[in-house]
Amino acid sequence: MNAHDQAISAATGQSAGNSAAAARPAVLELHDVTKTYGSEPPVFALRGVSLTVAPGELVAIVGPSGSGKTTLLHVIGTLDRPTSGTVRIDGIDIAELDDRQLAALRARSIGFVFQQFFLAEHQSVLDNVADGLLYAGVDVRERRELAARALNAVGLADRQHARPTTMSGGQRQRIAIARALVGQPAIVLADEPTGNLDSHTGEQILELLKELNTQGATIIVITHDHDLASQLQRQVHVRDGLIVADTATDAKPATGIEDQR
Amino acid sequence: MTAGALLIPGRLRSGDMARVASVGLRTRRLRAALSALGIAIGVAAIVAVLGLSSSSQAGLLAEIDRLGTNLLTVTNGQTLTGQTANLPLTAPAMIARINPVTEVANTGELSNVNVFRSPLIPQVNTNALSVQAASLNLLSAVGTSVAQGSYLNAATATEPAVVLGAAAAQRLGIDHIYRGERIWLGGMWFYVTGILKPAVLAPEVDSSALIGYTAAKRYLNYTSTAADGTTTQGPPTSIYVRATNSQVGAVDNVLADTANPENPGEVDVSQPSAALTARADAQGAFNGLFLGLGAVALLVGAVGVANIMIISVLERRSEIGLRRALGATRGQIRTQFLSEAILLALLGGTIGVAAGALATIIYAHTKHWAVVIPTEAWAGGITSAILIGAIAGLLPAIRAARLSPTDALRTV
Repeated sequence: MNAHDQAISAATGQSAGNSAAAARPAVLELHDVTKTYGSEPPVFALRGVSLTVAPGELVAIVGPSGSGKTTLLHVIGTLDRPTSGTVRIDGIDIAELDDRQLAALRARSIGFVFQQFFLAEHQSVLDNVADGLLYAGVDVRERRELAARALNAVGLADRQHARPTTMSGGQRQRIAIARALVGQPAIVLADEPTGNLDSHTGEQILELLKELNTQGATIIVITHDHDLASQLQRQVHVRDGLIVADTATDAKPATGIEDQR
Repeated sequence: MTAGALLIPGRLRSGDMARVASVGLRTRRLRAALSALGIAIGVAAIVAVLGLSSSSQAGLLAEIDRLGTNLLTVTNGQTLTGQTANLPLTAPAMIARINPVTEVANTGELSNVNVFRSPLIPQVNTNALSVQAASLNLLSAVGTSVAQGSYLNAATATEPAVVLGAAAAQRLGIDHIYRGERIWLGGMWFYVTGILKPAVLAPEVDSSALIGYTAAKRYLNYTSTAADGTTTQGPPTSIYVRATNSQVGAVDNVLADTANPENPGEVDVSQPSAALTARADAQGAFNGLFLGLGAVALLVGAVGVANIMIISVLERRSEIGLRRALGATRGQIRTQFLSEAILLALLGGTIGVAAGALATIIYAHTKHWAVVIPTEAWAGGITSAILIGAIAGLLPAIRAARLSPTDALRTV
């Protein structure tokens, strides 16, 4: 499924959820992934991580700084290649892709939300969101249409033509989330999405992520905040480059998406 | 895997491309304007230098056209033994019989006669002026006219009266003619009756004091012996010939033989307008220095653009990281920064061409020249700006593309 098809399904209000979810393969599969930096002396950032995320999950990857969670984010986001092990995004083994194909995969299958928002200050809110599909080969009219829908989903429909500079931190993060969602990617990766926000605003962003998840989005939140992580369905605890625990809240199984729906 | 093969990066459409390439210029306007300024100055200098020299050439050629290209000059050459030859007394009359010749005038140089402001001036201060006996139709033949007073006429040509060429009047310190004004010429007073305008086609007239042939014979003993043994007026040394435009070449060919049938080799024939045209063409040689200065300004501008682009890449690491995360390929990042540098230089180049053209138009207008801005000047200005942008932007663009997305996203 390419971005265009996804865009059409978004336009018709169909989410990649429910019945399709069971038939689709895992959106993310890590198998024995290691990542080593440098050589003298080598730094073992990941020491053999295996992780599977099914469509529609809302997962927290939680760990202290230096645990390797940022490296994990980069590997899952295909911004970096593992030293060994396999990474499959939406069923595709990234080891078989060259840099250009990897870029195309990011454009279509992965949406990023960053702690620092990274919005273009000189552009309107709508164009910021539309830029989520800039490199996916979607023309500008369609990008804007989809961006308007995405802004609607994050509750900023009335601020389309404002500049991000005039908006609060929470609103800016909503814009960034809309940008990540605009192409209906297989995975949304949120790196400390509440890190630059006060606790109240952070709660609202978390609620938004949960709500978007119930509408079908697969979301992985990387955080050091255990309180935040405990509010999500599943927590993957990382320490010293290894997964030390993989727990589900409310005693529901980690892959029990069907139960939730 | 087939799924991987289907992953082809989306191409940016031209509108998106232009928007992405101009992000840096739109968000940092002052910086963009200042770095474009260097290029603008260089291109403006080059366009103005080429434009001005072309316009002045056009002005000179228009002047030549106005004066006519059908003037031929016959002068006495040298004999085989290297002495100064004389033209036969009959030469002007013989030349006038050539069919396409429309006008013949002549001057005879009085080689040992000098002209001074007054008898008190030392004999050595000749001011490099010559004294010439001149025929009465000289002005129309060489294409000049009287600036002040009047030219010689049948009456004044027999009297101690003198008309000064433009340069001669200046060197003698005479800029105004009043009644009874006189100069010391050949040991006696001559009355100044007129001052000429510059004769572009016959510059030797400019530095001459012109008197009548009869006066030269009567007062200064400029004589020769005619065929029948009588003493008559002195020989001509320069003959100015106007011919029908289409026949100038043919007249040129027979002129030496006609002027001196016995010794055609002792006659020099030239076409002054041809020499002037050659001079107009050679004028471009003086431009080298200014073009060099323009090129230096362009080089400095290029360094400025490269500098700004490198800083821009450093500052915009997070933007680069975000774009890579959004799915931009290395090539797309490289293209973005390269096009930004080209756009910046192109902006400067366009402003430079406009400024250079404006300078040319204003200057040419004050000089009453036709405005000529050669195609190679403005096209070359724009092209060199694009090239400079591409060269200056290449290194920063490659750096931006090489930046790994994880490094780019790492906040400092």
